[in-house]
Amino acid sequence: MSSPLVALFLREARIARSIGGGGAMGVVFFLILVSLTPFAIGPDLNLLAQIGPAILWIAALLATLLGLDRLFQADADDGSLDLLTMTSTPLELVVLVKCAAHWTLTALPLVAAAPLLGLMLGLEPRAQAGVAASLLAGTPALTLLGAIGAALTAGMRRGGLLMAVLILPLTTPVLIFGVSTAAAASGGTVPFHTPFLILCALSLATVAGAPFAAAAALRGREG
Amino acid sequence: MLQQLEGLHLSARSLLVERGGRAIVKDVSFELASGEALMVLGRNGSGKSTLLRALAGLLPLRGGELAFNGGDGALLCESAHYVGHADGLKSALTALENLAFWASMLGAGAKFSPQEALEKVGLARIGDFPVGYLSAGQKRRVALARLFVAPRPVWILDEPATALDVGSQEKFAASMAEHRAGGGMILAATHAPLGLIDAKELRLDARAAHERAGVA
Repeated sequence: MSSPLVALFLREARIARSIGGGGAMGVVFFLILVSLTPFAIGPDLNLLAQIGPAILWIAALLATLLGLDRLFQADADDGSLDLLTMTSTPLELVVLVKCAAHWTLTALPLVAAAPLLGLMLGLEPRAQAGVAASLLAGTPALTLLGAIGAALTAGMRRGGLLMAVLILPLTTPVLIFGVSTAAAASGGTVPFHTPFLILCALSLATVAGAPFAAAAALRGREG
Repeated sequence: MLQQLEGLHLSARSLLVERGGRAIVKDVSFELASGEALMVLGRNGSGKSTLLRALAGLLPLRGGELAFNGGDGALLCESAHYVGHADGLKSALTALENLAFWASMLGAGAKFSPQEALEKVGLARIGDFPVGYLSAGQKRRVALARLFVAPRPVWILDEPATALDVGSQEKFAASMAEHRAGGGMILAATHAPLGLIDAKELRLDARAAHERAGVA
């Protein structure tokens, strides 16, 4: 018998890996979005290298939010969410574990794919490493902010778009410091660690706060 | 066998539950002790499901008192199984995976392994089948098997016999009798007879009709 939280993590992983679970969707979407960009902008390598980190970050932002609307919606639809709230495990921890599973299965592949896609945008090796590091530090904040929106829209049909509208403005600071971290890695006036540490702080703050907000939204879903 | 559960007591006094600002359940009171069952009866829309969801802690109580004595000071929602209209199963996972997940999530000290629980509802051979391929009645039986993989003293059942065939209904009636004999408690909303012997009855109809007349 495994502990409840390990069991929950494994269940999320199994569902994401199954057909229609959407585990691989995020990274495929990311790939398509980034590979379309050179076609839209044209084969100007200098320009691409300049805007490359920003493109990778916006693509990662959208790819992360893509599957997030189902984070609680699927459980609300099939009644699992009711049962999860009736366990002795606090709902905040359930939210945190679900986010951790979602991040591992959706955002981590993006981090791994980012340097490869950086090649397509003509990024130098240092810039590629910088983008990967900034995504690694910043995507937890995106997932957890998205979880608040997912919890707020869990009871609604087709709440995905509303979730994006609610959450995208909140991700602005993460985007700003994510891109500036990536830019600082390839040289510039700002030392790398300044924006990088702020990005880490944003992620840690959402880890501390977002589970409470999302759990409160889930509890107040009815009534 | 069930470990003997003694001294359970659930008492509700003039409960009030609202949904969307309207009182759906009003002035409901009952007492229930170990081994007893309560049948919540009433027409569609009389508030049976709302009452059971509120008892399971899924809807807030706007008024009244609900006291539960489970011996070790556990909360009602952590001592109760809830079987609602939705089965709480993931269609991509197999029946056994679903049950194993709920066994570790809902509480340790299981009396039956997931496989034994499936045998108890007569589904021993479909354990490694994805739930998405099962019929409505089979899904419901897998959902009911959840009652056996994690021992909890109170069963809150909302139309548990939906989509069950006659044989399964009889099996389930026997399981409920066994649960009550072991000192457990059952609260069920139903239109069909569930085979609960000597169950207390709570009628929500008359009151609802009365309220409606009062409003009009």
